[in-house]
Amino acid sequence: MAARYSKEHEWVSVEGDVATIGITDHAQNQLGDVVFVELPPPGKKLSKGEAAAVVESVKAASEVYAPVSGEVVDINKELEGDPALVNREAEAGAWFLKVRLADRGELDDLMDKSAYDAFVAGK
Amino acid sequence: MPVQYPTGIIAEHNWTRSQAGLFDVSHMGQAFLVGHSHDATARALEKLVPGDIRGLALGRMRYTELTTEDGGILDDLMVTRSVSPTDDGSLGLIVNASRKTADYDWIRRNLPAGISLMPVENRALFALQGPKAAEVMRRHCPAAVSFDFMSATSAEFDGVDCAVSRSGYTGEDGFEISVSARKVNELVSSLLAEPEVKPIGLGARDSLRLEAGLCLYGHDIDETTSPVEADLAWSIGKRRRLEGGYPGASRIAKELSHGPSRRRIGLKPEGRAPAREGTVVSDASGKAIGKITSGGFGPTVNGPIAMGYVESRFAAPGTPVSLTVRAAIVPARVCELPFVPHNYKR
Repeated sequence: MAARYSKEHEWVSVEGDVATIGITDHAQNQLGDVVFVELPPPGKKLSKGEAAAVVESVKAASEVYAPVSGEVVDINKELEGDPALVNREAEAGAWFLKVRLADRGELDDLMDKSAYDAFVAGK
Repeated sequence: MPVQYPTGIIAEHNWTRSQAGLFDVSHMGQAFLVGHSHDATARALEKLVPGDIRGLALGRMRYTELTTEDGGILDDLMVTRSVSPTDDGSLGLIVNASRKTADYDWIRRNLPAGISLMPVENRALFALQGPKAAEVMRRHCPAAVSFDFMSATSAEFDGVDCAVSRSGYTGEDGFEISVSARKVNELVSSLLAEPEVKPIGLGARDSLRLEAGLCLYGHDIDETTSPVEADLAWSIGKRRRLEGGYPGASRIAKELSHGPSRRRIGLKPEGRAPAREGTVVSDASGKAIGKITSGGFGPTVNGPIAMGYVESRFAAPGTPVSLTVRAAIVPARVCELPFVPHNYKR
């Protein structure tokens, strides 16, 4: 399934019932140099809209909100040692977490790529 | 001045530490305090600051503070005595942008007859900072390169009249150049044409000054912090300590002899998470003992660094403390400032 996007600048890519979540290239560009990423413990149950992770640039700390509800099944440990990967590969290698979807219907609230691009361009 | 240019804060920061960064700091307030002799003008300013201004030699500059009656800090500023004996009686002031209006009002209200404050309009101010700054200046303004840190002169930069000082706020060797707004483009273009020079934004200015252990007004110092608490006692002249005669002198004298109740310190958090301004600092038992006033990531240190205030008995370097970063308790240690050694030409 093609990636979907939130207004809070997260992307979600679904395979089976597992959603991989990260921040968009636009978001990393706005943040600037990422120096620290804090991820939730696997097993944590996240509700849609809840603070799921923290990404810190030289400038400031920003929260990453869960774009969908579900239990955390995996986190990207590579970001601990190489947070700048977020700047290099925001929408690929620098995924933040994977959750087991609690409600697939929530995916319908997210935008497709062209809607997200238009959303960003209209800001 | 933007927060950052396209290469980003870390690249700009590292460029300044290894080459030369150009900062547009024209937002800062430039003014002259003018009287008939150095002694008269310096005496007038000494009524408002604890620095030794009368003892300033020709062409030398000094960092000092405008203090409140309670011994707090209204602003921190640079004071320069002109190098030319014919201009003597005139002191150059550089104040913070956010404090300009308040500073000028306060100074004017407290000046004796015969001394006047003249804000400088239509002049830009640039800082060229980094280990290659002197090499670059030698090509355009050789007169500026011969003197040491915290000295100033009038000089021609490619034939344009400038006021140049060897100073800055990054911990690196460097220069500050005041130039007529009409000549800005020529000066900036010729500096940016040099291979060692890149423009640097506010973000890197902040990470550079934090690594250098330098205070940012409104964050690390304000009307509630005294110069002694802020670890700026070095800027209070020996004669001024004995004589007083500036606002807040009684509190400051007491703190100089008995020690302040709290002190500005450096902090190194364990791990990688930056601890930001406002973070509470606690002792081993979890009791709050202070807070962070500037905190973030130090690119040269390659880790999180912070400055803040703690109760004086916790201020010794090496003291273990705890920081509350979001929900987590992060261990940290009090450390010596600066985080990165100063590279001034002395």
